[in-house]
Amino acid sequence: MKYQPVIGLEVHVQLKTESKIFCGCSTAFGSQPNSQTCPVCLGLPGALPVLNKKVVEFAIKAGLSTNCSITPRSIFARKNYFYPDLPKGYQISQFEDPVCQHGWLDIQVEGQETKRIGITRIHMEEDAGKLVHGDVSGLEEGSGVDLNRACTPLLEVVSEPDLRSSDEAVAYLKQLHQIVTWLGICDGNMEEGSFRCDANVSVMPVGAEKLGTRAEIKNVNSFKFVKLAIEYEIQRQIDLIEDGGTVVQETRLFDPNSGKTRSMRGKEEAHDYRYFPDPDLVPLVIDADWIERTRSGLPELPEQRRQRFMTEWALSAYDADVLTASRELADYFESCVALQANAKAVSNWIMGEITRSLNDSGTTIDSCPVTPRLLVELLKLIEGGTISGKIAKTVFDEMWRSGKQPSAIVQEQGLVQVSDSGAIEAIIDEILAREAGQVQEYRSGKDKLFGFFVGQVMKASKGKANPAVVNELLLGKLKG
Amino acid sequence: MELFDLSIRELHSKLKSKEVSSVEATGAMLARIESVEPQIGSFITVTPGQAMADAEAADKRIASGEMDLLTGIPLALKDIFLTEGIRTTCGSRILSNFVPPYSATAYEKLKEQGVVLLGKLNQDEFAMGSSNESSAFGMVRNPWDTTRIPGGSSGGSASAVAARQATATLGTDTGGSIRQPASHCGCVGLKPTYGRVSRYGVIAYASSLDQVGPLTRDVTDCAIMLGALAGHDPKDSTSVNTPVPDYAAALTGDVKGLRIGLPKEYFIEGLDPDVQTAMSQAIETYRRMGAEFVDISLPHTDYAVATYYLIATAEASSNLARYDGVRFGHRAEEAANLLDMYVKSRSQGFGVEVKRRIMIGTYALSSGYYDAYYVKAQKVRTLIMRDFIRAFEGVDVILTPVAPTPAFKIGEKVNDPLQMYLSDIFTIPVNLAGTCALSVPAGFSADGLPIGLQLIGKPFGEETILRAAHAFEQATEWHTRKAVI
Repeated sequence: MKYQPVIGLEVHVQLKTESKIFCGCSTAFGSQPNSQTCPVCLGLPGALPVLNKKVVEFAIKAGLSTNCSITPRSIFARKNYFYPDLPKGYQISQFEDPVCQHGWLDIQVEGQETKRIGITRIHMEEDAGKLVHGDVSGLEEGSGVDLNRACTPLLEVVSEPDLRSSDEAVAYLKQLHQIVTWLGICDGNMEEGSFRCDANVSVMPVGAEKLGTRAEIKNVNSFKFVKLAIEYEIQRQIDLIEDGGTVVQETRLFDPNSGKTRSMRGKEEAHDYRYFPDPDLVPLVIDADWIERTRSGLPELPEQRRQRFMTEWALSAYDADVLTASRELADYFESCVALQANAKAVSNWIMGEITRSLNDSGTTIDSCPVTPRLLVELLKLIEGGTISGKIAKTVFDEMWRSGKQPSAIVQEQGLVQVSDSGAIEAIIDEILAREAGQVQEYRSGKDKLFGFFVGQVMKASKGKANPAVVNELLLGKLKG
Repeated sequence: MELFDLSIRELHSKLKSKEVSSVEATGAMLARIESVEPQIGSFITVTPGQAMADAEAADKRIASGEMDLLTGIPLALKDIFLTEGIRTTCGSRILSNFVPPYSATAYEKLKEQGVVLLGKLNQDEFAMGSSNESSAFGMVRNPWDTTRIPGGSSGGSASAVAARQATATLGTDTGGSIRQPASHCGCVGLKPTYGRVSRYGVIAYASSLDQVGPLTRDVTDCAIMLGALAGHDPKDSTSVNTPVPDYAAALTGDVKGLRIGLPKEYFIEGLDPDVQTAMSQAIETYRRMGAEFVDISLPHTDYAVATYYLIATAEASSNLARYDGVRFGHRAEEAANLLDMYVKSRSQGFGVEVKRRIMIGTYALSSGYYDAYYVKAQKVRTLIMRDFIRAFEGVDVILTPVAPTPAFKIGEKVNDPLQMYLSDIFTIPVNLAGTCALSVPAGFSADGLPIGLQLIGKPFGEETILRAAHAFEQATEWHTRKAVI
């Protein structure tokens, strides 16, 4: 039998606000345990939550950018359960009436049509703290609780079960990741847990209408692991059914070391969270004015920008895709073309030398030592014939190292292109005299040797000869 | 007249004229506490050191001429208010070692005026109770008859005023916890409109119902205290940002033409005859002063107690989850694992009534029961609110008894929770409606026990009920009687 996987994703997006969602404590990562706490996020008796408006603004941004409707009156609810990292014994979240509802994203998987994935809801909530075990942070034995992260703002983005493969899941996740980082509401750091994902996976026979029983997979915190975990889980469920077993509803944990998922808790052990509206917070009213103000402050989104790059700068879909991978990269590109550089040339350089150098040095585009101004200057040197494209790469490497202006490097190292036909002719004559045998072979019809002569001339000129002039003169001379 | 007998207004004028110092008044009050406390048990913690330091600071302030109405006045707080550096127990074993790192906004506001803190008052554990018998720190006895309960949950707040152990006190009222003990102890107790006074730093029992209020010797003091406490607090999202009127200025003594509603559902069979008599006399008194009476109906009154015990317990079950022994409070020793630590700490730390309410509330919120209990209760709550909105279209104030009987005997209802719950039958609807009400002394039973009269006002209508209560006080002498200890 053939099986159809059905996947829905729940993504936790940690918001990049200065302060926590219900108190004024800092959200900075990596401070001394419990140094960023107050009565509110410690859950002390008598403390009360006050909503951080910035979180609402970020939620509206996320909602508008994922085609959601913004709920005019949304409610905070308490999700009740006991755990030492949850100071109040409940998490303030949203249950009924979340801030954003009914959105979608269009995803693109290679070789497939564009597909629309529904977003059920986006809600705001506070994060829990974390447990520290063993002798870390000065703890001598046992476990400790660090509440610095407690009350940090999160958005939970819940998709419809519209995804049908691990590739679709990853494409959806990457697009969502791109949007929230693009909006500047999340730093997107998956290792630090700023963007984390739970996957609901089930399988059903192809053509069936009733969905299979799903398992929820926790702890899949990289794009790679999402793919691995989903694929493992699909196969596990298919194998189970084929062997005459039944899939049970449960929560499973993905183990990145083994690449497998294992049962964490079954349905009967599932928590009854006893959600109810939080009486400490009044309903959140978002009027049309607030929505419009936020909308008008939104940046051009990746998809819109991608389209514009294709029409405005005549770039290919592939180029436009790469250049809009991040807002910073797209901004870099546009800064270059604003300086009157050739768009295609800029694109080639960004995708080539710049990307390579960024990867090699582990830096990001916003700290690229070769600024748009310097890159454009380099491109103009090529365009004007001062240096060849080949020499330009040498110059680029030096720019990366020293941050110097390309013209200065060209001057210092004597890299100016030689276009003077007299000088080039002299070199050609010398080569042809030296390689008389090869000349003979060429003239008797072995055309391929032309490249050999070009190479020899370029080598003899230390790469400085203008390739166009070399070609032209060489052709003439070889004809005899 | 002893210094501890003085009202806020009286003591203020003596402090202002430098006839007495705050140190003298505070000293007299501390001595009074020491002498009567063994009979009454109003306090969980007395803070003489803090009190004398506060009094000295107040005297300096008075000397410098920067005096507020409450400067130098010795007060005490229910042990539900967080006081920085001073143990705050909420009447529970689970918080028996809890010394908070911050103070409640209500206390901060009083401190700004330069009050003197005498100590922390006894109460039912987590404000759950109507008799003060559920405190982990012992019962409180009614100063009028020490074989009887003072009412609850702010039992110590009422007994301390009645026994003249504090010039005034603060309590909290979730279902009648200020008004019922005020009625039983013969003092004035006000539950302001929900949102009028900040709840920040007040240990939560039922967040949508809890409200802070004063217990005082008379209505004037009550107005003074409310003026100090009321106002928006950015730390409490449910506190309301409306201007604070001059409550004392509202006490004109004039109730001519005031329309007073008498809800038929509150004058029922089974009402104690002495309470009935006190109500009839009060109505007569108001009539003589020119008030008009209107028969009204609050048709959903019967459902109020049931509704309350679903909503309040549901919220409490969640509010009390933070007492888990992890970060503060009682932690059981020798726990085998995490779950065992939770179970043992909470089993040891909470008393019977608190456990009962946590279980009821947990049940009411459970999957499968939520709609039938919690959601239904919220709908009935809305109906009860509408009852009041409709009634207030025709009247300015609603007059009712505070409690069906005067103070009952210690131990009388402690094993019958339902009977205990019914003692709040007339006060609970006001909390569900979120509006304001007060208790003012209106007579005594044949046994010499105080009986209180409840005046219910419109939301943010505190001025009107204070004015009506003040006029009544002017026309009667109930508030001048003192418990003999």
